[in-house]
Amino acid sequence: MFHRESGVFKTTYSADMALYPLPIAKWTMIALAVIFVLIVPLAVHEYYLSILNLIFIAIVGALGLNILVGYTGQISIGHGAFMSVGAYTAANLAVKLGLPFWLTLPAGGLMAALIGVVVGMPSLRIKGLYLAIATLAGQLIIEWTINRVPAISGGAQASIEVDRPSLFGFAFNTQGRLYFFLLFFAVIAIIATLNLVRSRIGRAFVAVRDQDIAAEIIGINIYRYKLLAFAISSFYAGVCGVLYTYYFGIANYEQFQLIVSIDYLAMIIIGGLGSVLGTILGATFVTLLPIVIRIFMENVGSLFFTAVEMANVISGLRLGLFGALIIFFLIVEPEGLNRLWRNVRSYFRVWPFSY
Amino acid sequence: MTRFVKSWLGIAAITATLVFSGGQAFAQKELVFGLQCDRTGATATVGTALCPGYHDYIALVNSKGGVEGHKIRVIEIDNEYKVPPGIEAHERFKKDGAIIEGLYATPVVMALTKRLEEDKILGTSPGFGAAAAADGKRFPYAFPIAATYWSQAGAAVAFAKEKLGDLKGKKIAYLFYDNPAGKEPLPILEDLAKSEGFELRTFAVPAPGLEMGAQILDITGRYKPDFIITHLFGRSPSVSIKELKGKGYPLSKVIAFVWGGAEADVIAAGGYGVAEGYNTIQFASVGKDFPVIKDIEAMYKAQGKSPPKEMDSTVYYNRGVFIAALHVEAVRNAIKAKGGAAPTSEEVKKGMESIKGFTLGGLVPPMEITPADHEGGGWVQIWTVKGGKLVKSKDWFQGYRPVILKHLAAEASKS
Repeated sequence: MFHRESGVFKTTYSADMALYPLPIAKWTMIALAVIFVLIVPLAVHEYYLSILNLIFIAIVGALGLNILVGYTGQISIGHGAFMSVGAYTAANLAVKLGLPFWLTLPAGGLMAALIGVVVGMPSLRIKGLYLAIATLAGQLIIEWTINRVPAISGGAQASIEVDRPSLFGFAFNTQGRLYFFLLFFAVIAIIATLNLVRSRIGRAFVAVRDQDIAAEIIGINIYRYKLLAFAISSFYAGVCGVLYTYYFGIANYEQFQLIVSIDYLAMIIIGGLGSVLGTILGATFVTLLPIVIRIFMENVGSLFFTAVEMANVISGLRLGLFGALIIFFLIVEPEGLNRLWRNVRSYFRVWPFSY
Repeated sequence: MTRFVKSWLGIAAITATLVFSGGQAFAQKELVFGLQCDRTGATATVGTALCPGYHDYIALVNSKGGVEGHKIRVIEIDNEYKVPPGIEAHERFKKDGAIIEGLYATPVVMALTKRLEEDKILGTSPGFGAAAAADGKRFPYAFPIAATYWSQAGAAVAFAKEKLGDLKGKKIAYLFYDNPAGKEPLPILEDLAKSEGFELRTFAVPAPGLEMGAQILDITGRYKPDFIITHLFGRSPSVSIKELKGKGYPLSKVIAFVWGGAEADVIAAGGYGVAEGYNTIQFASVGKDFPVIKDIEAMYKAQGKSPPKEMDSTVYYNRGVFIAALHVEAVRNAIKAKGGAAPTSEEVKKGMESIKGFTLGGLVPPMEITPADHEGGGWVQIWTVKGGKLVKSKDWFQGYRPVILKHLAAEASKS
């Protein structure tokens, strides 16, 4: 990531496909691990940890969507609904059967994967905008079902409270403790995705995305891989929903509506389709930007406006600036923040001898 | 590329410096109130009038020397009716030492209920969140502080009974937005239908609630009810007024829940002429005829400014004043109990639970918030569109309070 790579030659395919292309990359990873596991939780105020927590959850969900949209080329506007499937599955299991999180979390993911396969079935016959509408229908059907079936939603309010996750009597109940809980799953999700996309399955996904007929001709069962992509993507979404449920302490109908699906699409498009780093950057960007704009305005804006005017100015400006920055980034680099980062990196790779 | 990268890094560096330098700039002298708001999201029509009301009341208190000598600083965060920004807002309030929080948006209230209890900061949610939150024993830090949907349902039926005389054998239609909040009053309505002997039929309007021709036709053409109770949000109340008027149904036999009765709804429906007779439930009083509103106008005059235009949407503006006034009152009680020192958030909770007989010249109902009852009794007024303005047609009352309490008790025994 941050290192020079001159003098490194790869002589085998496995070396070329390795998770760490350079020996030094391992040290970068260890350094990052030390920063996030030791330094950040000790040095940073709880408030900033709470923002990181939101980012971690968003990363899990966005990774799932990127596997489907970025790697396999199947559009989905039903991501929010898959999250709600995971959330309500886990909440019901946790409340009715009293199961711990390490059972409800995979259960929520698996249930979402199952529903995801069903909603993904139209992808076998249709593509592009048509598929977008089919998944939109999935979103609305799932929303309706949760709203209408008390056995799933737990009553008229369609919300189920769950206890904080705990492991061996240790409850993850403060932001600092939840930080480790969420960091753990975000890291697992990142590593799993990195490994997935360099495996046979991941390459099959890319082949389906690039040209599905060609993929079929070279021996990829595209039905299987399209549905597998939906299943994996929905699994991530389900886990993301479970994490939200435990983080908020409640599974609520209004947390997973259509707008959430759109937000996650925005994350992966801004970050970069078909890129793990891009997903992380996109999730961070979309979560952080409104907050940064607000803090920035609170400090700079007070030079120009009174406190009461500021409230209106911040809200309006934040929304406008958010939209403008998205457009700006996409014009500057249509392939997203990931490509922007690579441009910056390749510039410094030869710096100061750029010619 | 070179120049581009450099300028980009420059921007990033400046932003980072400003962000990190600004974080700790505020001194911790005043009392800090947190206010979540929605000026840009799904319910911006509410937030843009409600939140200025909140700020104006706090400014009024500050201009008179603060609450018991302590100045108040409000941190407002716009959560766009979304949950993650709402969570972030609460953490920010906590970091800046907020002793009380005004919540906004039902899903945010739900997602924060547990967190507020863990952090021991009380959050008020008038018009948002679950009716069960009125039970202070189950939800010690959740404060609806105004009539919940259950109490509103009771009030709506009580009003219908007053209008129709006896409800036995009468038909009442319930037109609601098809989401959890819309369905929440159903147990109360069904219970009352049984005990009062009227027939209840429900008509759901799917999101976003802008198209309800079929439901209105079903109501006016086939069901022909004696009374209609509507529970709609956003732009849909105005659509319901327009459609009912178009089908010739007398609007005097229609009553709307609290989010369907603002001036903006009436104007969007085609003006006061169209909506003549339309009844609305209010948890804070309406209009400008209150000493506190006059005081705010005088405060603006003293500063050489004209009062803000948000004041004209008195329904939501007054609700902002209502929330702020209760916050200040809770803090005042806490300060008095502590002999003048700045209170902690737990003491403010106790202050909120001892609010009694505080009416702010009639803007606030004669509510009594107790450790068990965080709703304060579920008082409402009915205001009716009459002759180009909203006119009070029923003063503060509680509709079927024993029934509501029975349901709260049943809900508590379930968990």
